[in-house]
Amino acid sequence: MAFISIEGVSKRFGSGRDARTVLSDATLSVERGEFVSIVGMMGCGKSTFLKILAGLITPDAGTIRIGGTALNGVQPNAAIVFQNYSLLPWFSALENVRLAVEAAFPDWSKAQQKAQATRHLEVVGLGKALQRRPGQLSGGMRQRVAIARAFAIEPEILFLDEPFGALDALTRESLQQELARLTSSARRPVTTVMITNSVEEALLLSDRIVPMTKGPQALGHPVRVDLPRPRAANDIMHDDHAAHVRAHIVTSLTRDMKPVSKQQVA
Amino acid sequence: MKKRLINLLLPCIGIVLALAAWGAISTMVKDLPSPMKPWEESKIYILKPLEKRGEMDQGIALLAYYSLMRVARGFLLGIAIGTPLGFLLGMSKTAQRIFDPILQILRPISPLAWLPLGLIIFQKSEPAALFAIAVCSMWPTVINTMVGVRSIPQDYWNVAKVLRLTSVTTFTKIVVPATLPYMFTGFRLSLGIAWLVIVASEMLTGTPGIGGFLWQEYNSLIYAHIVLAILTIGIIGFVLDRLMGMAEARLRTI
Repeated sequence: MAFISIEGVSKRFGSGRDARTVLSDATLSVERGEFVSIVGMMGCGKSTFLKILAGLITPDAGTIRIGGTALNGVQPNAAIVFQNYSLLPWFSALENVRLAVEAAFPDWSKAQQKAQATRHLEVVGLGKALQRRPGQLSGGMRQRVAIARAFAIEPEILFLDEPFGALDALTRESLQQELARLTSSARRPVTTVMITNSVEEALLLSDRIVPMTKGPQALGHPVRVDLPRPRAANDIMHDDHAAHVRAHIVTSLTRDMKPVSKQQVA
Repeated sequence: MKKRLINLLLPCIGIVLALAAWGAISTMVKDLPSPMKPWEESKIYILKPLEKRGEMDQGIALLAYYSLMRVARGFLLGIAIGTPLGFLLGMSKTAQRIFDPILQILRPISPLAWLPLGLIIFQKSEPAALFAIAVCSMWPTVINTMVGVRSIPQDYWNVAKVLRLTSVTTFTKIVVPATLPYMFTGFRLSLGIAWLVIVASEMLTGTPGIGGFLWQEYNSLIYAHIVLAILTIGIIGFVLDRLMGMAEARLRTI
């Protein structure tokens, strides 16, 4: 049985005439240690789907099992990285990470907790910015703090909600490589589900990619990415298999779009 | 340079205009002292600000000190009750629905209305004055703290959920820091009201202080001293507001 199994999950927002179905009948399974990306355009409900998986939103229907037990709220062994970093502005980078470590390992001594937080910030290259507040950090550095906070609790499961969406292209690329390095070098296998709107990002990081579109049966068929790691953005651009996967994903994402007729163009 | 001169000059024009208006009105109203008279008649209070000649007949600094101490105690009592109440109302929808009607009814009641009730409850003028100051000044703190808690972004609540923080940690590490700027806005408004209430409560209880002095001089028909008291109240209120504004601005930068 898969480590994470999702069956027939649906979610509606609002009630009566204003009710809006955001997600219907989503089914997916993820193996232990796997990196699965869900690729879709804005407004297809992928963020809602991830929040349901993470236990932040309860679905209206369907079942989610993680490690065989039904999901009930936020998992103790899961970490989430949000697009907007979600750091606490009144704490320094170190204090932000320490807060997570203290909550995850309450039995540790203060010194151990601090060492854990410091080490994970050093891993993402922020050893010299420990005492800076989020307001004094660039977007890329803030997301590094958020990633350090996620890994500092030594999670089994990692949920990434468009983690690099708010960053410029160059920063994004270096952080993607950093994330790939972190997930592969973690002490125990980390199962990752990432939401993204970039097919390239998904190709760079994932074992499998799931296209997601608007409407019922939103989740398409997963596509396996059989490329050796570590992957470089440049190699992926010219690889035949990657091109095949890319074409498949783009086709399934755009299939339901109405083609523009000749009359409309003219 | 020129700009600074103008910045200095414009407020002076305002003061001169106000003095002129005062002078004009004083020629029409028989008992109203002219702008020069208060200084001549009451300079002893200003020149010997710390001299104690009788219960009400004291230097202006001493009178202001009594009033400020009374305001400080009433204000601290008010925010000590108002802040936790604000957090309660902000965090619990049920609590808000229970207390909202009472709050809306009690809020507009004037200090003059609370004071007799305080005198009935406490039988003494000093605790009654504190009661009136606290009850009148706590509302902005209650409401601003409540609004502050309500406007905590969903992101921060998500952080608390994702990190599985205990409710105590969530409160001390997320709710309080996120609400702090709102709380201080409430404190500043509360202090302003506390200072307004002091005069009314001292007038009615006849305790020594700037408001008591004002009422005493009115009863003794020494109108020039009233002007002195009014100006002192205005200046102290202005300074208090500025001090709280500075504390508030420091918090905003967090």
